[in-house]
Amino acid sequence: MSANQQITTPPGDTRVIGDTILEVNSLKKFFPIKKGFLRREVGQVRAVDDVTFRVRSGETLSLVGESGCGKTTTSRCILRAMKPSSGEMLFHQKDGRVIDLAKANRSQLRPVRREMQMIFQDPFSSLNPRMTLLDIIGEPLLVNGIGNRREREDRAAELLKLVGLRPEFLSRFPHAFSGGQRQRVGIARALALNPRLIVADEPVSALDVSVQAQILNLLMRLQNEFGLTYLFVAHDLSVVKHISDRVAVMYVGQLVEFAETDALFHHPKHPYTSSLMAAIPAPDPRKRGIRARLKGEVANPAAPPSGCYFHPRCPHAKDICKQESPIFEEVEPGHFVRCHRARELKLTGVPELDNSGAVSASDS
Amino acid sequence: MSTEEAPLLSVKDLQTHFFTDEGLVRAVDGVTFDIHRGKTLGVVGESGCGKSVTARSLMRIIDRPGKIVGGSIMLRKPRNDGSNQIDEIEIGELTDDGREIRSIRGESIGLVFQEPMTSFSPVHTIGNQIIEAIQLHRPLDDRAARNRATELLTMVGVSRPEERLDELPFQMSGGLRQRAMIAMALACEPDLLIADEPTTALDVTTQSQILELLQDLQEENGMAVMLITHNLGVIAEMADDVVVMYLGQVAEKGTVDEIFYAPKHPYTKALLQSIPNIYQPSRVELPTISGSIPHPYNRPAGCPFHPRCPEFMPGTCDVHVPETLVSPTGQHVRCFLYTEGAVRIDREEATAGKDASQ
Amino acid sequence: MADQEYKPSHSPDPTEPADPDAARPPATPGTGADRTSDAVETVYDASTGAAAEDRVAVASQFQLMWWRFRRHRLAMFGGIVILLFYSVVVFADFLAYASPQASEAERSLMPPQRVYLFDDGSFSPHVFGLDSRRNPQTFQREYFANPDDKIELSFFAEGFEYNLFGFIPTNRHLIGTKDREIGESVFLLGTDVQGRDMWSRLMYATRISLTIGLVAVIVSIALGVVMGGLSGFYGGWVDMVVQRMMELLYSIPTIPLWMGLAAAVPDHWSILRIYFAITVIIALIGWTELARVVRGRLLALREEDFVMAANLAGASQFRVIFVHLVPLVLSHIIAAVSLALPAMIVAETSLSFLGLGLRPPAVSWGVLLQGAQNIQAVALTPWLLLPAIPVIVVILAFSFLGDGLRDAADPYGM
Ligand SMILES: Nc1ncnc2c1ncn2[C@@H]1O[C@H](COP(=O)(O)OP(=O)(O)OP(=O)(O)O)[C@@H](O)[C@H]1O
Ligand SMILES: Nc1ncnc2c1ncn2[C@@H]1O[C@H](COP(=O)(O)OP(=O)(O)OP(=O)(O)O)[C@@H](O)[C@H]1O
Ligand code: SF4
Ligand code: SF4
Ligand SMILES: [Mg+2]
Ligand SMILES: [Mg+2]
Repeated sequence: MSANQQITTPPGDTRVIGDTILEVNSLKKFFPIKKGFLRREVGQVRAVDDVTFRVRSGETLSLVGESGCGKTTTSRCILRAMKPSSGEMLFHQKDGRVIDLAKANRSQLRPVRREMQMIFQDPFSSLNPRMTLLDIIGEPLLVNGIGNRREREDRAAELLKLVGLRPEFLSRFPHAFSGGQRQRVGIARALALNPRLIVADEPVSALDVSVQAQILNLLMRLQNEFGLTYLFVAHDLSVVKHISDRVAVMYVGQLVEFAETDALFHHPKHPYTSSLMAAIPAPDPRKRGIRARLKGEVANPAAPPSGCYFHPRCPHAKDICKQESPIFEEVEPGHFVRCHRARELKLTGVPELDNSGAVSASDS
Repeated sequence: MSTEEAPLLSVKDLQTHFFTDEGLVRAVDGVTFDIHRGKTLGVVGESGCGKSVTARSLMRIIDRPGKIVGGSIMLRKPRNDGSNQIDEIEIGELTDDGREIRSIRGESIGLVFQEPMTSFSPVHTIGNQIIEAIQLHRPLDDRAARNRATELLTMVGVSRPEERLDELPFQMSGGLRQRAMIAMALACEPDLLIADEPTTALDVTTQSQILELLQDLQEENGMAVMLITHNLGVIAEMADDVVVMYLGQVAEKGTVDEIFYAPKHPYTKALLQSIPNIYQPSRVELPTISGSIPHPYNRPAGCPFHPRCPEFMPGTCDVHVPETLVSPTGQHVRCFLYTEGAVRIDREEATAGKDASQ
Repeated sequence: MADQEYKPSHSPDPTEPADPDAARPPATPGTGADRTSDAVETVYDASTGAAAEDRVAVASQFQLMWWRFRRHRLAMFGGIVILLFYSVVVFADFLAYASPQASEAERSLMPPQRVYLFDDGSFSPHVFGLDSRRNPQTFQREYFANPDDKIELSFFAEGFEYNLFGFIPTNRHLIGTKDREIGESVFLLGTDVQGRDMWSRLMYATRISLTIGLVAVIVSIALGVVMGGLSGFYGGWVDMVVQRMMELLYSIPTIPLWMGLAAAVPDHWSILRIYFAITVIIALIGWTELARVVRGRLLALREEDFVMAANLAGASQFRVIFVHLVPLVLSHIIAAVSLALPAMIVAETSLSFLGLGLRPPAVSWGVLLQGAQNIQAVALTPWLLLPAIPVIVVILAFSFLGDGLRDAADPYGM
């Protein structure tokens, strides 16, 4: 799949991938490290360190990377649940206006909040146990002054139906539901204000495999139906491969590779991406094999290595990698990489199969 | 499954129930499997199907209202005196917390707990906890035990092991803590390592390091591994034999090849299809298993899977409980779809299988 | 694990469809791609479900707490005992039959009287009058029941005047005598050195001791919630300042602190002012524990995803605090109070016992016990130690209640 080609959408996928909805430019978020009685600042955690990407409306863009690489921090900055240290985040509103989320204050953010919502990872902590589903789903409507009680009830019932729950559940409390059902409630709440961009931080990681499939299907269906844009944060690469149009790979606060899903999975251009691919356990016992496994530990974001942050673990590192930081550049149309040797290296990704059914269960 | 040698551990018709105030929970309800030396048995199933309770039953560490109410757990343990004698120990019949079971824990069977965060005491250093585990079974003095602990950490791939020994659990990352947990379980070179979701909380890269570690250890010591997970990718990568559990019962059991290429039970099939697969085209709708696991207090009558089963046969599946059938290759399946076939093909083995598991 | 029933991962999940075919996916799961999205809708379509499960599903947190609490036998028992004690607080005047201050040297240190319920087989509660005599060797007064002096008791009798609930003037009391002045003839629990009726004094002491605890707790809740709330919700330097303050208060040994503060209370103050001052002293020391609980809960809750969800939806700070956070902290405050109250009661009792708290003529458990401070009391007049019993019973009852509340207030770690 090359960059200028329209994304192949499966049957029933009626999405139109449109213009840019969000531009993130040189986003940085540093957390101070404080020590001692007087809490003096002794250093910084470079949680997000110069991240630049663009999200197109209607697409699913995934953010992947090892634990602690800054995925959650990036998504929280975009939602302005925290204030970034520097950088720009231009959000294109429904009415065509563009607002820089990084600089907006509380009152400027208020109208934009309706257009961006979030789906959480933990289906238990994301619903207030003291509230009924009606109160939970109706809250965004209530605080934005939309509709009277009756109308909110109707809308909440409609949303419940949309996510596959019975409207009668409105008077129930979250404790009566399983993890998957709660996740549906969380999705219904996110949809209440008709947002355009939904940030989903590991929305299926806490769920059982079979429930995971139900939620992924639901997310894709809602996207087709409402033209939603997803910023999807995950570390399960099979899930990411399944749902995303484009994927951004993060390592120690930086984007190291950004490309369309198939290009990234089958033809990675960054050694880190390649080793991630090698680490995916394939659900196929006949594809076991000796893999080049990534050695060592993730770099400390408070004291990243010199030059390329990946060089201590990189099997292809050269002298230049220790001295100079590579820049994030477009190596092929739509394929961005941060590596000195991106153009010369031939890396392996996930093998492409002609026969996709070979791995799924054959009927006996 | 074809190994000639008698299995290291044979579990037959194990039943572990919880007698709670609200009712009876049949967490494990007739589970049968064998674990062979040097092999890996994978156990898969949805959350709450009884994987952890099975593992804990093998070590006799079930939480309070729980009790083993039936079945047998036979451990075959070579004598220590150098003779080729093998002791057969019925774990199910040992007295609670007696000397025998305590010597089996750690020495014959090591357990890596599901929650690496809560399995270490937060107030003692990793080193002290590993040393304690060593000294429990080996008559080593502090210095020797500490050396052994360093050795273990090196073995599980922890860099700077000497320094790490003096760290507190919360100072370590999830991956390191998981390695330390494995090191502790390996302290006395157990014959069987039970790893309960050893990688669920970890990154793919760390996960693959841990899995590789387990494979290496197994090659070196001929240790048997019981690997509990709900990640089918991990099973495909690691297991020799696979047990698929549903609501406390074994729905299907076979070699990893049989389970992935010739699954018989509708639950196994559905489970395999519902996972997103990196080889599949993106964005297709995934087949799902409808509904969710029933509440543990009200199990469905008949086949426990029948309310969700796509092949459900009214009048049979919701009335009768299917028996375990064994194919000529040794694949076990508990489903009415195969009742006639299996009996006709191999009546003897089928009945033998039934004896074993009913 | 007793709360298994409410554990969300195993919560009632009535997914059994009434019509077995309604929720069935197509026969061939392999062709899932062509399934209509409507098939997803039916996944959770539950039409059956036991009534009990429905009841649980729509039960609010407080209902769930109550159900869980009810199963805790000991806590229920403790709760009932405490209710009884607090009804003594409300009805102290009604239960007493003599003025707590009516002293008479003539009847100093009388032992408790025995109550006879029947006379010649018919119900007629009575006691016998006591005759006194001085022991010529010890010069102690000794008392003997006089079988000829039968004093009949009656219920809801008239006695001294008081205001029920503080505003209904009445003179009815639980017990009275038929034909004489009760204050001079009936001493159910004996008398103290000054000849004051112990039973009546105990009633008034209960009122004072239990309210002083309650008032102190209310003051310290206010302090604790405000300080803990500020510290937990805003964090940063506010948290720092409050934390240091708490540590400071915590590090001062209590008894010298009490002594210092109590010494600062001027001698000439009225009972009421001293009472108030003692309350404040106790509260000032006691709020740190509550503040700790509130702060800890708030710090944890502030990080919960649902708080962030509310913020992202555009909810105001006010709404986040009062709609989301406060109700969740409330159950913990209740549990903390049930543990703080007995501590306050003990504090008052020991302060007064040491002579640092309330002083006569005020009556409280501590003041009463002060009268039994010497070894002679234990040997010769053991009834003076009776006020220790309610102290022990109340503390035990509170700790049972507190345990139950704490368990009940903790639905799956919330
Ligand atoms: N509030 C904070 N204060 C200080 N450091 C923080 C804070 N939040 C995150 N960090 C640090 O920033 C880095 C990035 O964290 P982040 O949560 O964004 O990672 P992540 O990619 O989402 O990881 P995971 O996969 O574990 O969720 C980590 O090193 C983390 O320790
Ligand atoms: N202490 C206990 N008291 C009551 N029931 C229990 C207890 N421990 C486990 N159970 C029940 O036993 C059943 C099996 O639990 P188990 O922990 O073995 O599941 P699991 O397969 O390991 O799931 P997971 O994948 O979530 O770890 C569950 O229904 C659970 O409710
Ligand atoms: S820049 Fe060098 S060290 Fe970094 S990823 Fe590329 S080759 Fe490896
Ligand atoms: S026995 Fe019936 S319900 Fe159970 S798995 Fe087999 S076909 Fe499905
Ligand atoms: Mg994260
Ligand atoms: Mg488990």
